[in-house]
Amino acid sequence: MYAALWRVLPGPWWVRVLILVVVFAAITVALIMWVFPWFDQFVAPQDVTVGDQQ
Amino acid sequence: MAQGRDDHGGIEDLFPGDEPAHDATTAPSTVSSAGSDGAADDVADAPAASTSSTGKRPAKKRRISVVGVAGELLITAGVLVLMFLGWQLWLDDQLSAPRLKNEATGLSQQWDKEAQKPTATPSQPGTDVSQNPPVQTAPKNAERFALLAIPRFGTDFYRPIAEGVGVQDVLNKYEVGHYPSTQMPGDVGNFVIASHRSAYGGALHRIHELEVGDHIFIETQDGWYQYSFRNLEYVKPTGVGVLDPVPQQDGVAATQRLLTLTTCNPFYSTAERIIGYSVFDKFTPRADGPPKEIAATVNGGS
Repeated sequence: MYAALWRVLPGPWWVRVLILVVVFAAITVALIMWVFPWFDQFVAPQDVTVGDQQ
Repeated sequence: MAQGRDDHGGIEDLFPGDEPAHDATTAPSTVSSAGSDGAADDVADAPAASTSSTGKRPAKKRRISVVGVAGELLITAGVLVLMFLGWQLWLDDQLSAPRLKNEATGLSQQWDKEAQKPTATPSQPGTDVSQNPPVQTAPKNAERFALLAIPRFGTDFYRPIAEGVGVQDVLNKYEVGHYPSTQMPGDVGNFVIASHRSAYGGALHRIHELEVGDHIFIETQDGWYQYSFRNLEYVKPTGVGVLDPVPQQDGVAATQRLLTLTTCNPFYSTAERIIGYSVFDKFTPRADGPPKEIAATVNGGS
C-alpha cells in the first residue's frame, strides 16, 4: 500500500519525501482540529470526583 | 520567474556554445538514464503481469498483497491510536490552556465593567470585608461563576470554575467544577472544586507540587478570595468525607472557611483521589484591584 503510494508519487526522491511530509502534516492538523475532538466522545468517560456525583 | 528566464534566452545561456564537450556529455547521459529507468520499469512490469498467472517464476516486481495491505492498515491504526492518546493526555492540555486563560480574562474584564455600575454590596458597615467576605448564591448547573488562579502553577494558569461536577456537562467541557453540595467561596465551611488531572484541560495536573502556604485565588464578580495551601490527602473514590464542611468530620459545625481541590491520583488513573486543602486568608474587593501576586495573571490578557 505505502510502497504503491511511493511508486505513484511523481518526481525525484526528495520531491516525494517533501510531498509526503506536507501530506502527513496536513493529516495531523486535521486529526487534531476535527477528528480527535469528535472521536473523544466515544472514549469511556473518566470519573474524577469523589462519591457518586452523576 | 520562469517567464523572465525564457526572455533572457533560457537555460542554454548558461552553457555557451564554446563548450560542446559539456553538452555532449551531460545531455546524452541524462537521456540515457531516464530511458533506462523507463525501460527497466517496462521490462519489470511486463514479466510480472505475464508470469503471475502462469506462476513459472516469482515476480521480482513488488505486488500489492491482501496481507500486506492489512498489515499496513493495522500499523496505521496503531499509530493513530498512539497519536490520539498523545493528543488527549498531553497536547490537548497544552493547546487548551491559552484558550481557557483568554476566556477567564474575558470573564474578569466583563466583571470589571459590571462593577462600574453601583451594585448592592451585602457587606454591612463596620465589618471588615477582608475577613467577612460577601458570599454569592450558587448559579445554575454548568454556569461559570468564578475563576481559579494558582501562582505555583505559573502566571498563565487562569481557569474558569463552573457550577456542578457532571463529567459530561462540566468536567469534560474543560471546566473546573464546584460540588453543588458544598459551600460557595468565602463562606464558612468548605468550597470544594474538582477537575481532571490530565486531559480536558488537566487544570490540577500539578496539584502535587503545591507547598504549604502557597496562595490559591478564587475570583468572583465581587473580588478575590485568597486561600493558603495547607495539606494533601489521598482518599478512595468513595471518600466523600472530604466534602464535609469540616473535612472527614461528618456533622461537625464549621468555623473555618476552607477551599478544597479534588482530582485524580495517580497520573492517568482513577484508582484514587488526591485532595488539596487550603485555608481562607483574606478577601480583596474588586474595586481595590487584583492582589499583587496575581496582577500579571489577571491583567495579562488585556
